Amino acid sequence: MSFYEVYKNFNSFDFEDFFKRVTGERVKKLITKNRLNGFDYLALLSPAAGKHLEEMAWRARRLTVQHFGRVMMLYTPLYLSNFCVNHCVYCGFQVKNRLERKKLTPLEVEREARIIASTGLKHILILTGESRRESPVSYIRACVEILKKYFTSISIEIYPLEEEEYAELIATGVDGLTIYQEAYDENIYARLHPAGPKRNYRFRLEAPERACRAGMRAVNVGALLGLHDWRSEAFFTGLHANYLQDTFPEAEVSISPPRMRPHLGGFQPEVEVGDKNLVQYMLAFRLYMPRGGITVSTREPAWLRDHLVKLGATRMSAGSCTVVGGRSGNEHDDGQFEISDERSVAEMARMLYGQGYQPVYKDWQMI
Amino acid sequence: MNDVLKIGGQELNNRLFLGTGKFSSNKYIPEVVRISGVQVVTVALRRVDPEYEEENIAAFVPQDCVLMPNTSGARNAQEAVRIARLARAAGCGNWVKIEVITDNRYLLPDNDETVKATEILAGEGFVVLPYMSPDLAAAKKLVAAGAAAVMPLGAPIGSNRGLKTKELVRILIDEIPLPVIVDAGIGRPSEAAEAMEMGAAAVLVNTAIATAGDPVAMAGAFSLAVKAGRMAYLAEPGETVEYARASSPLTGFLRD
Repeated sequence: MSFYEVYKNFNSFDFEDFFKRVTGERVKKLITKNRLNGFDYLALLSPAAGKHLEEMAWRARRLTVQHFGRVMMLYTPLYLSNFCVNHCVYCGFQVKNRLERKKLTPLEVEREARIIASTGLKHILILTGESRRESPVSYIRACVEILKKYFTSISIEIYPLEEEEYAELIATGVDGLTIYQEAYDENIYARLHPAGPKRNYRFRLEAPERACRAGMRAVNVGALLGLHDWRSEAFFTGLHANYLQDTFPEAEVSISPPRMRPHLGGFQPEVEVGDKNLVQYMLAFRLYMPRGGITVSTREPAWLRDHLVKLGATRMSAGSCTVVGGRSGNEHDDGQFEISDERSVAEMARMLYGQGYQPVYKDWQMI
Repeated sequence: MNDVLKIGGQELNNRLFLGTGKFSSNKYIPEVVRISGVQVVTVALRRVDPEYEEENIAAFVPQDCVLMPNTSGARNAQEAVRIARLARAAGCGNWVKIEVITDNRYLLPDNDETVKATEILAGEGFVVLPYMSPDLAAAKKLVAAGAAAVMPLGAPIGSNRGLKTKELVRILIDEIPLPVIVDAGIGRPSEAAEAMEMGAAAVLVNTAIATAGDPVAMAGAFSLAVKAGRMAYLAEPGETVEYARASSPLTGFLRD
């Protein structure tokens, strides 16, 4: 059974009614329960659970330290190309936005790689827009060949691929996949993606399954918060992660809770997701999947990320730049979105040590 | 008392082994080693980075310790073998702790794949210490495959739950002609002492030390507990009996 079928089971599920029936008593019991099921997780996402964040936070912190230690993995994104044929109404790179389109040449990839590697990071996440003409799989492979010389773990955040294409990239040296469903609600998804290949909801939803079948070591899923009701979107993200862990027990599964940021085009989030909501989501997920990774990017401001270190996060980006070629020049061009935490890798490391956490620059070895 | 643990040609006087993955700073590693007298330290090859000396975890392990790289992240025997070879090539020595984990929810080891990897690596001259679920049949296969010791888990990794697999570990201690080292799950010094009293050859601890409020003090406590447990084992504890010694014996009427 694919995750699409799991999702479909909730077609007529009444979230409002479920939340109305969650009591404070039930939430308190769930906070100490050993193994939570999907509905327990949903109960922890309820407004009622929002009144118990402190108790949830202590348990989440204990579980995170127990399973991951007092460490934080660091990585950085590298934008390879911003050519895109999609019409996602919320994205700075969408086809209708007027910005200088660019993709890195092999020489530029090498230059950016050298700059990033000098910070000590060994994990890199490479990103492109969706354009099979401008950034085909062969282009990604060529970039990976260069990046392999500098990094020991390479993840991709690109358009969804076929299983054989994932296998091809894995053989080249890719070990991680990040792919956000953006909106799990299929109707909302259709509205936000009026044209382009990304309209295909199911092909995107099932991409992590294809990647795992191809042997991908790590998969990271998420919903873009601000596009639709965050509670149900957080629920489906967690359910998706749990489905992947059940179906592919050997995979390292993680989620990201990205919130919308200002970007070219000026689409306004349809739903406000407050800091409290974000924290509740992270804590609920930690209690639901104690060994699941939680990635927090520089979409969040520095002061908030400092607090999230102790609230379940396991991986953070550092020294980020969302502009193609932005590290070795062109830093004034338009990025995919505006980042909120501009700290360098060294500054992040200092902050982590200050909080009693070890920054980890290398946590995988290409084998 | 000359109580030496021999593994892979090394003579060890200290029976506490240390894991290194969860410290808030690598700087704790040498301090922990100093206070506890630990001689064997395991490091995940995935974390070793010779190119970044200041943050390279392996560089924090004192030179006089046996560095035992582990294959954390291996999903099958083949990957474990590749990681072990990379570790040796990177100058991490001859010892390897095999970890093959096909289940990321509990991090329980896959004994079948572990046996396969052990056979290959022992054949290549590695000193192989496999992490395993305490199962007698698998342990016998590991012996036949050339393991230098077996490392059954006391409870799932990181759980701090103690010696939950006690009865199964006891069987391995009784039946397996190799050192049995309890790895994973030990949460408190008293549990380490318990394992040693039973006759475990050593215990390996990471989470309980690294995530303690004061890791150095906790390492000291573990070291004492391991020594105490070992001394008690060697002193041959009196038998525990389920019945009281009756003052009027039931068979006292029998004459020679």
